[in-house]
Amino acid sequence: MPAPLLELKHITKRFPGVLALDDVSLSVGTGEVVALIGENGAGKSTLMNILGGVHQADTGEIWVDGRRVTIRTVADAIALGIGFIHQELNVIDNLSVAGNVYVGREPTWCGPLRLIDRRRIARGCELYLKRLGLNVSPHTLLGDLSLAQQQMVEIAKALSQNARLLIMDEPTSSLTLSETERLLAAVRDLSEHGVSIIYISHRLGEVGVCADRVVALRDGRNAGELPRGEISHQKMVSLMIGRKLEDLYVHGRGAQQPRYFEVEGLRTRYRPRHKISFDVARGEILGFAGLVGAGRSEMAQAIFGVDPPLEGRVRLDGRELTIHNARDAIKAGIFLAPEDRRRMGLILEMVVRENVTMAGLKQCSRWSLIRFDREVEVARRQVEALRVKTPSIETKAMNLSGGTQQKVVLAKWLSLEPKVIIFDEPTRGIDVGAKAEIYRLMRDLADRGVAIIMISSEMEEVIGVSDRIAAMHEGDIAGFLAREQFSEEAIMNLVVGGEPA
Amino acid sequence: MKKELGITILLIVLCATTAILNHRFLGAANLENMARLIGMYGIFSIGCGLIIITGGIDLSVGSVFALQGVLLAMALRDWHWYWPVAVLATIVGVMLLGLFHGVMVAKVGMQPFIVTLCGLLFYRGLARFIAGDETKGFGSEGFGMLRRLATGDVGPVPMPFVILIVVAVISYVALHRSVYGRYLFAVGCNEDAARFSGINSRVIIGSAYVVSMALAGVSGVLIAFYTNSISPANHGSFYELYGIAAAVLGGCSLRGGEGSILGIVIGAALLQVLQNLVNLLGIPSALNFSVMGAVIFFGVLVDQVLRQRRGRRAQ
Repeated sequence: MPAPLLELKHITKRFPGVLALDDVSLSVGTGEVVALIGENGAGKSTLMNILGGVHQADTGEIWVDGRRVTIRTVADAIALGIGFIHQELNVIDNLSVAGNVYVGREPTWCGPLRLIDRRRIARGCELYLKRLGLNVSPHTLLGDLSLAQQQMVEIAKALSQNARLLIMDEPTSSLTLSETERLLAAVRDLSEHGVSIIYISHRLGEVGVCADRVVALRDGRNAGELPRGEISHQKMVSLMIGRKLEDLYVHGRGAQQPRYFEVEGLRTRYRPRHKISFDVARGEILGFAGLVGAGRSEMAQAIFGVDPPLEGRVRLDGRELTIHNARDAIKAGIFLAPEDRRRMGLILEMVVRENVTMAGLKQCSRWSLIRFDREVEVARRQVEALRVKTPSIETKAMNLSGGTQQKVVLAKWLSLEPKVIIFDEPTRGIDVGAKAEIYRLMRDLADRGVAIIMISSEMEEVIGVSDRIAAMHEGDIAGFLAREQFSEEAIMNLVVGGEPA
Repeated sequence: MKKELGITILLIVLCATTAILNHRFLGAANLENMARLIGMYGIFSIGCGLIIITGGIDLSVGSVFALQGVLLAMALRDWHWYWPVAVLATIVGVMLLGLFHGVMVAKVGMQPFIVTLCGLLFYRGLARFIAGDETKGFGSEGFGMLRRLATGDVGPVPMPFVILIVVAVISYVALHRSVYGRYLFAVGCNEDAARFSGINSRVIIGSAYVVSMALAGVSGVLIAFYTNSISPANHGSFYELYGIAAAVLGGCSLRGGEGSILGIVIGAALLQVLQNLVNLLGIPSALNFSVMGAVIFFGVLVDQVLRQRRGRRAQ
């Protein structure tokens, strides 16, 4: 048996205060797709950073093609044929596609003038684009491409550097369903052409589709492996968290007061020709399924008033509301936990206390002056109630993990009196353990009589969490599904514009 | 408090050095004059700092001083307005300019740099035109009350310094203790997140320009009576940069969301001490700006290096 393309043996890495990797081994064969899974902080990124030349291991060996190598810099890794596609893309928006592929090593002409040979890079680039099935001109500005296309350009760049092993870190975290499928197809195609891939993802569904083998890390140690035939959702979850996760999803008491929150004929600036109508009961979780771009986030932001609707009526508990801005919505008890927590949900530079009281500061003030004792009390109470894992309420939000940040966003709203909460992609980028907690919180809220709207692009999540599903297709609600009608096929059919089954 | 420590040390070191090299530094007359200048510059620097905290900038302050000075002199001397009316009218007028800047920035969405750069050019031209490009003044007689505000004292302390202390205390409470101040920082850090928390970010940002100009209006009156004559071509020129420099030295980040009143006041004081140092140490006055530029540069550089080191240690 030939030596595997890559072997990591007994890698240990210690950062000040933490043992990030403890005797971790990993091997990848030629053309093999290995999925690396684990909760946040399990050591996936550290391991990949060691392989990619960003960090160096304290002890342990790296073997490529049966030879021991040392990787000190990113350039070393590239020279060995290791390409790293980071979650946050490293692309330059105002350069062309070809310019991005060849950035830093442009072929030149005119001797010492070193002018860029634009024709050569365009021709070279086209080759890789074709191979990846990306149908854009090499001269297109990168900023004009979609995120998925930009990612393909990054892959093309790695291939043009003769990468034999691609590391993909959460490649689908911001892709739509169809883009994800295209990426997975490209992954398969690459592996058939002998390119090995290490695929890191929280989305276990994708892992099941594309991986030849699954390697799980837990607390910086190897937690186990699953060969192709044994890959299943349950097994992956139990490897990752080290126990069986029987009830990731909890079911509640269900609807208490039908038509508690009603939206009628809502038109958004984003899709001015479409009208949305729906209602949610108290205690109900209404899931919004749909492809990215179906207009779900825009609908949420219209209801919440940050991007006021062009038209439409909103009724809460039978009373008609006029919502011109977020203040009106908040006053009425309608809250939004936005999709992009780091940009819209939190002020990262501010501490947990300030973030928790950001919307309800007036409650902790007298004559417009902040009463700090009261503020501290409110923040403490919320942090305890939600079990927010923060060293203190004076910790800056930027230093918290994704799941904890989401809880801080929730703490902000729960310090007021919620009647309706809209969750937009509540668990994006959050690991399995924290996900379960967020689901439980949502269910608790529902059971306390809050009407909940959850927008999610993760099929499993929509099916697992919702009491009822609204499927959106290009700005319209294509149909509603009751619990007994839930199935991936039924939802998929609606969100791509098919007839209800 | 930790953030102001560095600049406080720098201030003390500069004072000590100057005092050792030239004993006149600690003389009553010198200290009094310096305090007077710190007062006048400090008041409008606080305003500049507030705008910088929201992530904006105001380049128009100097030209506004010229316009306000010219109009104040004409109102009092040529049109014979009752002095409180004239003073109030010019301050309100200046605040309206601030409102205009604020609306352009917060509502229309223009960049603060451009709005106030155009203000810098426009108001200067307007001041010169209105004055017929002639120097306007208050003469040597009358307006005793206003003169006392600029050149008088409370006990041993110059009036403008007293006014600065009052303004600083009020601003401190407003910025660091009130809901409004928290919102100012919030929109400066992340306007989107502030909006998603129900903060009326437009009003908050716009109001900073009005408040800043109100403070500029107050120091404008003091400065006009301190110089006693206003030559519209260069009255107040470069003052916007003193304001920005004081705020930046005092720890305001031009990216917004950072800064403190104490820091700004110390920054304003530091600039005046530097001016004074140039005079007292016999450094050619032509080098005045160079000294200031160099000290600000190294101050910010050291701060940057220390911060990076701290950041690395935290990792």
